[in-house]
Amino acid sequence: MTTTEQQQAQLRRARVGDRGTRHDATPKVTGEFAYSSDLNSAGMLWGVTVRSPHAHARIVELDISQAVRMAGVHAVLTHADVPGQKTYGLEFADQPVLAADRVRYYGEPVALVAAEEPEQARRAAAAVRVEYEVLEAVTDMELATEQPPLHPDRPTMAHGYRDDKRPNVVRHMVISHGDPDAEGDVAVSGVYDIGIQDQAFLGPESGLAVPDGEGGIDIYVATQWLHVDRDQVAPCLGLAPDLVRIHLAGVGGAFGGREDLSMQIHGAMLALHTKRPVKIVYNREESFFGHVHRHPARIWCEHRATRAGELVNVRMRILLDGGAYASSSTAVTSNAAAFAVGPYRVANALIESTCVYTNNPPCGAMRGFGAVQTCFASEAQMDKLAAELAIDPVELRLLNALAPGDVLPTGQPIEGSLPVAEVIRQAAALPVPKPLALPRAAIRLPGGAGNTTRGEGVRRGVGFAVGYKNICYSEGFDDFAAARVILRADGSAEVHCAAAEVGQGVTDVILQVARTELGTDDVTLAPPGTSSVASAGSASASRMTWMAAGAVRDACRAALEEQKRTAVEGGATDVDVERIYRHLHTTPLDPQTGQITGDRAHVSFAVAAMRVVAEVDVDLGLSRIVWIGTAQDVGRAINPLAVEGQIEGGIAQGLGLALMEEIRTRDGLITNASFTDYLIPTTLDMPPVAIVLIEDPEPDAPYGVKGVGEPPTVVSTAAVVSALRAATGRELARVPVRPDDISGV
Amino acid sequence: MEVITPRTLDEALRLKSERPDARPIAGGTDLLVELNFDRTRPETILNLAEVEELKGWTRENGSLRLAAGLTYTEAMQRELAELLPALAEASRTVGSPQIRNRGTIGGNLGTASPAGDAHPPLLVEGATVEIGSVRGVRALPLTEFFLGPKRNALADDELVLAVRIDPSGQPQTFMKVGPRNAMVIAVCSLAVLADRERGELRAAYGSAGPIPALVTAPLDTRADFPELVAAAASPIDDVRGTAAYRRHALRVLTKRALDRVLV
Amino acid sequence: MKIRLTVNGEAREADVWAGESLLTTLRDALSLPGSKNACEQGECGSCSVLLDGELVCACLVLAAQADGHQVTTVEGLRSEEGLHRVQQAFVDAGAVQCGFCTPGLVVATAALLARVPDPSDDVIREELSGNLCRCTGYAKIFDAVRLAARA
Repeated sequence: MTTTEQQQAQLRRARVGDRGTRHDATPKVTGEFAYSSDLNSAGMLWGVTVRSPHAHARIVELDISQAVRMAGVHAVLTHADVPGQKTYGLEFADQPVLAADRVRYYGEPVALVAAEEPEQARRAAAAVRVEYEVLEAVTDMELATEQPPLHPDRPTMAHGYRDDKRPNVVRHMVISHGDPDAEGDVAVSGVYDIGIQDQAFLGPESGLAVPDGEGGIDIYVATQWLHVDRDQVAPCLGLAPDLVRIHLAGVGGAFGGREDLSMQIHGAMLALHTKRPVKIVYNREESFFGHVHRHPARIWCEHRATRAGELVNVRMRILLDGGAYASSSTAVTSNAAAFAVGPYRVANALIESTCVYTNNPPCGAMRGFGAVQTCFASEAQMDKLAAELAIDPVELRLLNALAPGDVLPTGQPIEGSLPVAEVIRQAAALPVPKPLALPRAAIRLPGGAGNTTRGEGVRRGVGFAVGYKNICYSEGFDDFAAARVILRADGSAEVHCAAAEVGQGVTDVILQVARTELGTDDVTLAPPGTSSVASAGSASASRMTWMAAGAVRDACRAALEEQKRTAVEGGATDVDVERIYRHLHTTPLDPQTGQITGDRAHVSFAVAAMRVVAEVDVDLGLSRIVWIGTAQDVGRAINPLAVEGQIEGGIAQGLGLALMEEIRTRDGLITNASFTDYLIPTTLDMPPVAIVLIEDPEPDAPYGVKGVGEPPTVVSTAAVVSALRAATGRELARVPVRPDDISGV
Repeated sequence: MEVITPRTLDEALRLKSERPDARPIAGGTDLLVELNFDRTRPETILNLAEVEELKGWTRENGSLRLAAGLTYTEAMQRELAELLPALAEASRTVGSPQIRNRGTIGGNLGTASPAGDAHPPLLVEGATVEIGSVRGVRALPLTEFFLGPKRNALADDELVLAVRIDPSGQPQTFMKVGPRNAMVIAVCSLAVLADRERGELRAAYGSAGPIPALVTAPLDTRADFPELVAAAASPIDDVRGTAAYRRHALRVLTKRALDRVLV
Repeated sequence: MKIRLTVNGEAREADVWAGESLLTTLRDALSLPGSKNACEQGECGSCSVLLDGELVCACLVLAAQADGHQVTTVEGLRSEEGLHRVQQAFVDAGAVQCGFCTPGLVVATAALLARVPDPSDDVIREELSGNLCRCTGYAKIFDAVRLAARA
């Protein structure tokens, strides 16, 4: 590139494909960017939530009389004060806004307080007297279907799912493909366990609810899907949807944990009741109660193959603990089953996937959405099979790699892009760094700053894994995104799109697409809200880039045409168009066989392969991940810098699940609701990452793009543990891997 | 609730005797967590951060006096680190730079957590706690200071003034096990010192019993020492680790520590 | 109770509750929400500020303890000439995603580079180990620190 070209490239703001910096980076580095916990309003009160100290109990008596009389207190509200519908939920309204006669999980909201000062609100919350009759808690997911039902009304049944009469079943599904009894020459089996992972976004749940004085309300909140929040909030407030306006406040990370509501209805109830703005900010402990987590799972697997290594039949039984309420568990159940086998060709499969209600922490969406758990299990099985057959693990995966034209266990043929073999080859070809000589600084050894070894007990292992999952919503969900473009006579443009910027960079995707389509840098993005544009759908399922890009592209092109048309008519007025983008239509899976009922249940898939070098102190069971190399199928990178950031960050979360992250419970009570005891990776835990982006455009996607956020998280847990197994020779069938598991204590 | 901020040690001791329930605060790394999460609401907080006499360290005739307000960052600086290398190693494992800039040795003793990182290295060096009140100053061996988890031998009107050590100059090391490579509370920790002058092996463990404790043996019992340390501990199962693992880890750590200090 | 302190070079006064942290005072009373409230237990570094020039977690400093002292927050790093070189490097390196950890990391990095102008990779990792980031996996943050050191 010549100097002039470089200057021009710098002058021009990023377009599709450019390695651009974020438009919100400057306010974020200066501290000016307003997150949901940073908002204030004149006359604002502080809201606090009274929560259940029990995992399962009957509420015998609820006495607010003392609390309401306390200094500074403006309101103490209970279930009786919920103005409209008493329950809500992302897909099934099975969760009380405030517990009525029964609490089903530790930390369930029971009452609300609003007061002038935060400390006044906390003191009043402590003065709300709740008498509980503690009930036996359902805490073992394997026993849940034999215990009294937590939801006798079976809220998730009769929605096109297989009707399962057992108590506490959220969803039970079966994918039966080919001959489920087909035998191979060899078989390997295993049982795998996955602990509860927390999204651990750094910005705690928070927001500000402001009554408009005319019966309506504005809610400023960090969320992943503005319109679905509105559609849950409005009925509970007894208000028409247009009287509830949800505005996106700055989001401090989401990772699935902000799909469900947290303080939205509560803040609005307090604000409408007191006629004052009300701010609610959870602290870190409360945040562990404030959102759903990744489902813990137990997975039984049997893989049958020919002597040559071709998979013949994969049989898996997946059990997921959904916790107390449904959230998005039904979809997680299905995803876990659909991607259970991994990106491999297999003619016969029997996959059973069940999610149960328990009194454990509620679970729902988290980055990877069911595919993380099964990838961990099935990739362990692939390594086992490779060992059994004495075939190189990479070769075994290549031998079975799915390719376009192959058929998935759901009967769906791969139509678009899915370069499985390519990502495997590229990841396997990345050069692994040589071991560093001893002595070394403590931080370059397992145990890190703890100074526990100078090389004693340290063994090295190289692991490999492949993972994939779906992009966009599936199984007949009407998945769409809207964008609105205003083209002004002066050539400037304003884009409206309710896509939630949760840190992933979708606002830059929107701006890059608009600049590209409109051929101008003079594009601004209006603050996302529910009142100026239709839904963009959720910032989840690795769909937001694809869907927002499609909607903005279509709206821009329509606006240009409209501008041309009005110009011909002689007018030079502003043009304002809104367009809805939909991806290819999907249909549900057959509830009995789990086979597709139309052309497809899923729109698109993305795959990643990963190679990991670990060093493990086998005596103490401590690990240090030395290096990670990955190749990922990204369709087309709209912004390679942002894509790399998604991959690096996604890997860190999977590494966390592999090595340290787990919500621990005892009788349903969380015992580590803090960043002191729920550990996430630090700078000393994340290795350097070598990345190869595989750009194989998705034919039906705008610009050929695929979502990139989830595949790295799906595969990295499996890849990290594969390396630990290589270093230790142990089976390590449970994540997070504990020092005890490695040291064999 | 009230915060009182004495400027001199005399004033601090007087206030503590007048308000024996006052919670002392130095770096705040323990108390603020309790306050932020609504676990304590003391009527009075005694802010010791402005008392000059409680800062820094001094050396007299080879004997060290670490004032209670000595921070971990200060304990890591070269001059003191050369005199008390295991304390410096332990300090480096405490939280993050932010925590080490605030957290103090005296605060660590006051909290008396079984996991306190400063305790094992001070125990193996035979430290004495200097305790003050309006009634006077007394010295208590550190081995007698810890009474139980988060319980110590301070009377209601007393404050930790300093830790006194006659540095052994003997080889020593500190190690801490945690499931992450930085920023962990010890699953268990260990300091070991090989005292050739006294012909003694000295080990002290943390997070492996109700209090941090010292184990000693003759220098020539090296082979048995790991088992002795593991047997002396009385660990429990908790959210950070199991008793069995802790005992196992102490055995491994002791063996490795001996390889470091008995070269 | 009333406290007087110097924040970002400016004399400030605040009426605080005795049990509140410096972080709360900065965010609520002094309208400086740049320091973030992610964990409030000293585990994440999102509230990192300089107290008398030393890097601390504002969540673990009792507001009353800041009485009579100097505090520098992320808001105080930017000058009339523009962004601090650490801030600019975080923008340029793509080190920002959700950005909730960013103010704390910017302050911690500025403090590190003031002490160690050209830190090795090991020093960067160890010195920033008290600043958690959940989005980036740290790679681009390390790039930013190296970029700022060269600037």
